Formats: sequence, C-alpha cells, structure tokens
Amino acid sequence: MIDTTQIRLPIQEENILILSDPADARDVIVRLSNLLEQRGDVKPTFVEAVWEREQNMPTGLELEGEIHAAIPHAEVEHVINPTVGLAILEYPVTFKCMVEPDKDLDVRLVFLLAMNEPKKQIEMLQQVAMILQNPELVQRLSAASSTKEVMELIGKIDST
Amino acid sequence: MNQQRVKRILVACGTAIATSTLVAVQIREEMEKRGIKVETRQCKATEVPSYAQDVDLIVSTTPVPTDLGKPVIQTLAFLTGLGKEEVLNQIEKALKEE
Repeated sequence: MIDTTQIRLPIQEENILILSDPADARDVIVRLSNLLEQRGDVKPTFVEAVWEREQNMPTGLELEGEIHAAIPHAEVEHVINPTVGLAILEYPVTFKCMVEPDKDLDVRLVFLLAMNEPKKQIEMLQQVAMILQNPELVQRLSAASSTKEVMELIGKIDST
Repeated sequence: MNQQRVKRILVACGTAIATSTLVAVQIREEMEKRGIKVETRQCKATEVPSYAQDVDLIVSTTPVPTDLGKPVIQTLAFLTGLGKEEVLNQIEKALKEE
C-alpha cells in the first residue's frame, strides 16, 4: 500500500493527458498548453512563453530511479486562472536539467504550472514536490492507464 | 552572549516565480528548526550579481555565477528531495562560517 493521504494536487481531471506518442518536449508543452488555453485558464501567448523559457532555463528534475519529471512554466502575465496540467508519457521525452542545463533527462511526468500569484499558489508547487519525492507514487503515476486512476492517486477530492 | 545576527539568504531560480518560493519557505523552516535565524530574498538568476553583496549566502536552483565573493549552493534538493539533508547541512555550515 502507498500512503498518499497527504497528497492532494489541485488538478482537474480534464487537465490530465496520458500520451502514448509524445514526439518531444515541445510537443508535450504544446498539447498541455492548448488544453489550458481551451479552458480559458491561460492566454494564447502562454504556450510560446513556456517554450521559450524552457529553452533558456530548462525545468527538468532528476528524481531517484529512472523516471524523471519536468515543471515547465511561464511568467505570470500569460496566466488568467491559476491551474496545473499533467502529462503522463508512456515513452520518455528529453528535457534539460534545471540545475545542469547540459544534462539530458528522460522525462515521463510533465507538470505544467500556470501561476499568477506564486506566493499565494505555493501549495500547487508544494504538492508537486511531495509527489516527486515519493518514488513509489512516481512509479504508479507513470504507469497509470486512465485519468481517473491519476485522480485517485493524487487528485483533490473536491476538484473533479 | 552576543546576539546572533539574522542571516540573509538570496534564493534564485529562473524567473523567481515558482521554485524560489518553495525553496525559500523550506530553508526558513529548516533553519528555524536548527536555531538559525534567516531572512530570504528571492530573485531571478540573472539578478543574482546585483543582490549578492547584501546577503550571506546564495542558494539557486539554476546556474548562477559562483565568483561573486559569497558562498553559492546550486541544488534541486528542495524540489526532488534528493540530498536534502546534505544541502541543509551545507547551508548551516556556510551560515556559521560567515
């Protein structure tokens, strides 16, 4: 059994993608950003702002084990409503490491963060960090076959 | 007997939006547990040189210049948990040596 009672990411099930055919990091960022844009949570400028930032200041995070993660985001002016999108990749794509940008990481979990008042929205990132610090949960998430399963693992009860 | 001076830590990340806030909160909590008073200030990685003079230590999640005359710790431990205890020890040591 895995105890995830502490972990309640404020995510909507509609903002979760399980991708069996991700082409590359840009593809994942574009697909997640489009989802948030369709829901009116980010401006049309968000996607390119995220991608530009990712190229200059990458967001890949090396975790324990073989599954790694990335937390792409953009400046606050591109965000309308704070939210988070999650892509679970059946096959890894390469993101560069945040602290060592020359290093390639095989990423299977991408949390796209849309924040407009980060100091108030610190909970979102704290929850993401708690997920990433739980290797068994990372493993289970990366193997999830449905968005419902993902919500059961990490979702907030009242956000569906 | 001497009153311990509040140590100042500059916390930097790519855009000073997300990760530096998370890092700053954890450093304040953990140093308080260790009996060290700290103040944190957040900035973008590119702003580090202009703020470095006013602080005792720089902690960054993204590459920053290391020749600013202040100790620099570059780490993702506050996000990934990997090596966190070790980094906290490094921070404590850097503040005590200051």
